[in-house]
Amino acid sequence: MTPSVLIVDDEPAIRRLVRAALERAGHPCAEAGTAAEALVMAARPGCELVLLDLGLPDRDGLELIGLIKALDRSVLVLTARDATAEKVAALDLGADDYVTKPFDTDELLARIRVALRHRTGSDPAGRLQAGPVVLDRAAHRVMLRGAPVHLTPKEFTLLAELLRHAGRVLTHRHLLAAVWGEAHSADIEYLRVAMRALRSKLEDDPARPALLINEPGIGYRIVG
Amino acid sequence: MTSATPRPSPEALLKAARQAGRGRLKIILGAAPGVGKTYEMLLEGAEAARAGRDVVVGVVETHGRADTAALVTGLEVLPRRTIAHGAHSLAEFDLDAMLARRPQVALVDEYAHSNAPGSRHPKRWQDVEELRDAGIDVITTLNIQHLESLNDVVAGFTRVRVRETVPDALLDDAEIEVVDLPPDELIVRLQDGKVYLPEEATRALTHFFSKSNLSALRELALRRAAMAVDRQMLDHVRLAGEPGLWAAGERVVVAVGDQPGADALVRSAKRLADALHAPWTALTIETSRSARLPDATRARIADALKLAGTLGATLTTVSAASVVEGVCAHLAESRATAVVIGKTRRSWWFELRHRSVVDQLVRMNDAVAVHVVPLPAAATQDRTGLPLPTIGSTGAALLMIALTTMAGLLLQPWLGPNAIDLLYLVPVVAAATLLGLRASLVASVSGALAYNFFFLPPIRTLSIAEPQNVLTFVILAGVGITAAQLAGRLRQQANVGARSATENAALAAFGQRLASVADEGGTAAVTCSEIANLLDLSTVLLLRREGRLHVAGSAPGQAVLGPLDITAAEWAWDRGEPAGRDTATLTASDWQFHPLATSLGVLAVLGISHDGRGDPLPASRRVLFATLLGQAALAHERLQLEGKAREMAALKQRDDLRATLISSLGHDLKTPLTSVLAAADALAHDVPGNPAAATLKAEGRRLARLFDDLVEMTRIEAGALAIRPEPIDLTDAVAAAVHDLGPALATHPIRLDVPVTLPLVMADPGMLHHMLINLIDNAAKYSPAGAPITVAARRDPQRLVLSVLDAGSGLPPGSPAELFRRFARGQGSDGTGGTGLGLAIVQGFADAMGLVVRAAPRSDGTGSCFAVEWPEALIRRLQDHAV
Repeated sequence: MTPSVLIVDDEPAIRRLVRAALERAGHPCAEAGTAAEALVMAARPGCELVLLDLGLPDRDGLELIGLIKALDRSVLVLTARDATAEKVAALDLGADDYVTKPFDTDELLARIRVALRHRTGSDPAGRLQAGPVVLDRAAHRVMLRGAPVHLTPKEFTLLAELLRHAGRVLTHRHLLAAVWGEAHSADIEYLRVAMRALRSKLEDDPARPALLINEPGIGYRIVG
Repeated sequence: MTSATPRPSPEALLKAARQAGRGRLKIILGAAPGVGKTYEMLLEGAEAARAGRDVVVGVVETHGRADTAALVTGLEVLPRRTIAHGAHSLAEFDLDAMLARRPQVALVDEYAHSNAPGSRHPKRWQDVEELRDAGIDVITTLNIQHLESLNDVVAGFTRVRVRETVPDALLDDAEIEVVDLPPDELIVRLQDGKVYLPEEATRALTHFFSKSNLSALRELALRRAAMAVDRQMLDHVRLAGEPGLWAAGERVVVAVGDQPGADALVRSAKRLADALHAPWTALTIETSRSARLPDATRARIADALKLAGTLGATLTTVSAASVVEGVCAHLAESRATAVVIGKTRRSWWFELRHRSVVDQLVRMNDAVAVHVVPLPAAATQDRTGLPLPTIGSTGAALLMIALTTMAGLLLQPWLGPNAIDLLYLVPVVAAATLLGLRASLVASVSGALAYNFFFLPPIRTLSIAEPQNVLTFVILAGVGITAAQLAGRLRQQANVGARSATENAALAAFGQRLASVADEGGTAAVTCSEIANLLDLSTVLLLRREGRLHVAGSAPGQAVLGPLDITAAEWAWDRGEPAGRDTATLTASDWQFHPLATSLGVLAVLGISHDGRGDPLPASRRVLFATLLGQAALAHERLQLEGKAREMAALKQRDDLRATLISSLGHDLKTPLTSVLAAADALAHDVPGNPAAATLKAEGRRLARLFDDLVEMTRIEAGALAIRPEPIDLTDAVAAAVHDLGPALATHPIRLDVPVTLPLVMADPGMLHHMLINLIDNAAKYSPAGAPITVAARRDPQRLVLSVLDAGSGLPPGSPAELFRRFARGQGSDGTGGTGLGLAIVQGFADAMGLVVRAAPRSDGTGSCFAVEWPEALIRRLQDHAV
């Protein structure tokens, strides 16, 4: 079976453990310990996703993201907990998501599943769904457990953007640019206000959001 | 962190705090209308817009210029507000619209503009301040003559006075860019009609645009911009806590004269220099008069110079024909910008004859600000009586007259009596030039008498028969006196000049040699040997090490100091006053000790001795000695400052090293930990419900948090926190913290009471997250399993409070503030206790972000409450228009 996930980390023990977990879950894997190796392996046919540790011995992992994305592979970044700026940089450079070290294996697998699912693509005009929320782009309508919900145009655009990347974190800058335009890509307040409004309409308990999840300092994701 | 680390000065921190969160101001500064400020502003705006910033033009005056208008088209322009004003209406900048639009960058032309009556603020710069308060960056334009402090200056040479001015202080925290256009080019632009001028002002402005005016304006603009940069650099340095640097640009000179109150003069010069952040020099002028000053006056000058040295001045002596000449020469040479002189009340007769020094200085120095400090009037005129003629010079004068008389008697048959009088001019002038005034007076009187007695009829009497002979007598006496005075003055000046020239050369050489040594030993050796040579003395320099004085250098040869000498030196050091021989204290010592006092305190003591032969420091050498001592003190001060700078650099390096070490240690420890946790996951998968795997995982996670705490604590202590505040919804923040704590909170039900209607708060998202995790984790640790933890937030007047409440055993005895100290920890409910870092990090982060944390028992007595408070300034009102 062709390996579909490439694990890039300079620590052999971590590679071995991640590989075991992934193959148990049905994802055949390949391993790389350096950036140079990673680029060669990522270019091989069949590779769909690269799990990329940013601290590589021969090259800054951030530089690799663009190169791997150019090969049309998904990129999932492994970073340290306190590296907020690094995470945002990686996401803005095109990484699909990140997982913080030390990671929880179940969470890692969930993120990999989400990233791989997005590769199958979805109909841009079709219905988007996360949990109880269904957004119908063609009809410009949002349903919560079958009941229609009224959203303002900005709220609708924001929800659509999140649903289009369901399960993945989107940076503040990404969401602001997509909904309010490039000129407002630093106005986080807009996003906070809109997110609060969305939660009041979609969450069971807006004080304990279960659907629209905040990643401190990074952005939001919708889970379902 | 050790106490030696420099702390930023409180004012600098306050200033920085006021700036935090405010919009930045950039001023495009020009020398005159037409240099292209508006164009430059629009270029900057376009640049910012290209860089992805949200730029809006608030107001721009294109004056119909096509190139300028073309730049505007690419930018969003806010419509102006129309204000009815009498018959016509005025289009003004719309402040409220800009505040509502809230761009990242606003372009507002003509900073000094006065708003139409009825506007919120009378001045546009006040509008700009409000924009900045709202966090909007502003780019604006300003002509140099609109600066308040320069208004008079510019009006003085351009004859154009503007009414619209902006306070100078606004430039202090602004970024300043000067649009510089050479005057010739500007004049060409003006002639080509490229400069917009209001119709009614055209005539007045034609004079304004003369080349000399433009050059002067340009220099003012460039200098002002340089000053602003200096000041910002200074603020920056103060914020970084580095002492001992000050700005260049201004230079203050104080002329210390012989008038009483010289120390008051020196102090006011010091105040001026401080206010200008300028280096300053204390100047003494040696004239022919100085040599005749009495000892008391000289001592006063020396004292004033010493005081100036202590206060940080450079000391200089210049020799000149008059005080005014000397001061002017020095001002020109040192490129001073201000001179401080004393004003004494002298008699109107003296003023009439000499014209006041003040008056002459003001006339002769256009480029220098002359500060006149009133001084008390002289109580007694310290005038020296002329020295009595010695027997020798009187005898010599009489001898010359006798010889001339004999020669006259011999030559009389050939010359006739009327030519003989000319003969007497020779001894009179000779006595004047060679022997001084008294001798020449003696020569004139005795010459006139001899001429009268031997040659004027009636011969051999002292009576005068003819009136013309009276005239001869008077002229002879007059010539004698005049020649004597002229010659005497010349001779004195030559003496002073020669001495002063050698002394100045010696001083300069001393300064150079001091500058060439870079350690204390070298400085001590140079100080001792040079002063010993120049003043023909024995010298010894003492430094203090671990509280005891020791000899650092001496000349000539090795000086031996007895216990009495050391006591005198100690006294001089401790009191900052001379001690020892011929002083007021411990006069039994062979040495006279002088402290090297500087702004850093006394750094050394110099002992001088004349090998037991009287006062080592006669009055005539005191000024020179004070100058040398001042120079030596400055050299020691420089060494100290350099040493401190090196120490600081080393400290910083050590801190950096420690921070790097800890953070890479954190990384290196986390890598194996990641493997351990992944292995625990694999174990749990293979053997579901394996308790060992669960423990492994829980403990591994705790260890990971401990590493994070350690790394953060190091950053806090190293002052290396990078804070990036953003508006945060507390619902988000609390939910994320609860989510990340996950399994650690399994045994404690969480109650949330965070209203979704709360305003947003400003905080660094990562730090706030870490704080919340630590607070909730702390609550879980110190309350029994099953006890609920409540996270509540409420809006109080003037603040917003987020509290974490537990149902545990309450706070330990002692001050609640103690809990936030490092390694303070109580007994945990599970008996393990915490790391003792969690709450210290909460405190450290809160301090860094301007938040307040408190711990208190719960009001109902069922546990403790830990609260984080946001002050009003960090609370954001919500604006719904965005959605």
